[in-house]
Amino acid sequence: MSTIDVVEVQPPALWEAKRTKQRTVVWQEFGLLGIFTDQKPKIKQDGICSQQLLSTTEKSGVMDSVGVPGPEEYEEQHVHEVYEQIASHFSSTRYKPWPIVESFLQSLVPGAIGLDVGCGNGKYLTVNREVFIVGSDRSTNLVKIASQHQPHAAIVADTLSLPHQAGRFDFAISIAVVHHLSTPERRKEAVQEILRCLNAEGKALLYVWALEQKTSRRGWDEGHEQDVMVPWVMKTGKKNPNEDGSMEKTFQRYYHLYRSGELEADIAAVGGKLIDSGYEKDNWWAIFQR
Amino acid sequence: MKLLTLNFLTCAVKSCKSTSASFPLHPKDCELVSDTLKSDPKLLFNILPRLDWSALSTTASELGFPGLPPSAPTKEELEANEKLFHDLHTLLLETHISEGSLVCANCGHSYKIKEGIANFLLPNHLV
Repeated sequence: MSTIDVVEVQPPALWEAKRTKQRTVVWQEFGLLGIFTDQKPKIKQDGICSQQLLSTTEKSGVMDSVGVPGPEEYEEQHVHEVYEQIASHFSSTRYKPWPIVESFLQSLVPGAIGLDVGCGNGKYLTVNREVFIVGSDRSTNLVKIASQHQPHAAIVADTLSLPHQAGRFDFAISIAVVHHLSTPERRKEAVQEILRCLNAEGKALLYVWALEQKTSRRGWDEGHEQDVMVPWVMKTGKKNPNEDGSMEKTFQRYYHLYRSGELEADIAAVGGKLIDSGYEKDNWWAIFQR
Repeated sequence: MKLLTLNFLTCAVKSCKSTSASFPLHPKDCELVSDTLKSDPKLLFNILPRLDWSALSTTASELGFPGLPPSAPTKEELEANEKLFHDLHTLLLETHISEGSLVCANCGHSYKIKEGIANFLLPNHLV
């Protein structure tokens, strides 16, 4: 390894009352090594290191007594602000639709009206031009890109407060979105909010990152911590180097990794009826209705 | 934001969504622009039955468009009436709100539209 960047990662789920000790997840990706303590992270054979460390410092408990950030503030910092900053670079890497999502969208009746909750750059708005989709995302910069896909539309909105009437929509998709919500309650609430918008025959497709992905470059698998920070490395370009002269900037995004059956359980918990579900390349997906 | 979108939007405030006063949202101080977009008869025919026609009439009249027929035309009526087809295509798909706001008649909250992008994020006290 030629260069090692040291990244301090804020622990997820600080506000959860029972978690009084500061937790830190460190790992290596894209040639990046995150180190929080002076303990050496274990490095697996595939070059990916993932380890949870319990901080032994007096930091434990401090955040509990002085203004613990709520999940909204936490997601604002560790999800929304990151996407806003990486929007353009992120978008340039997101153009190929997942096969399951593509076939779901292609199966729709022409003239169907639907939602793309957390539409990002709107890559799924290009799949089927015979339906009308209102995409929404928290990131204004991503919505600007998404709104260019005719005949569809894109607005800035929160997944938990969608500006749509109940029972009005024939379908909804939410791809790689609800795993950014940082409590079990909020993840279920997101499913419920999507269900609310569907009509009696309406179907929704949800897609989330799986915990079980030991063959991926990240190497997570059963038994690993499910709440993780995932780096996004962006070249800053020669014109805007960092203070130390390096030309990469790393952003950390919060993710909840779903274990087998968890997505289906969330859907059932809010009264959704499962139609089909499965696993596709490091992700769990589920199709459900009211 | 094209006017067709407005037919599928309501207030983001939870307590408003179940009230009839929150739909449709009311355009306020809006700047309209018109894009030329190739018409897609099949798409328009298919979407027509899914529109809330009364809400569309309200929106059209508030923005100063000529009156719409009292009820949604059928596919056959639209096929036979080129002018009506053209007017609906212009109204729904070519006309955009570039700047302005959308106001909820139930709570009075106003959602800004800037550079054609409507923002429905709520201030903390309304979440």
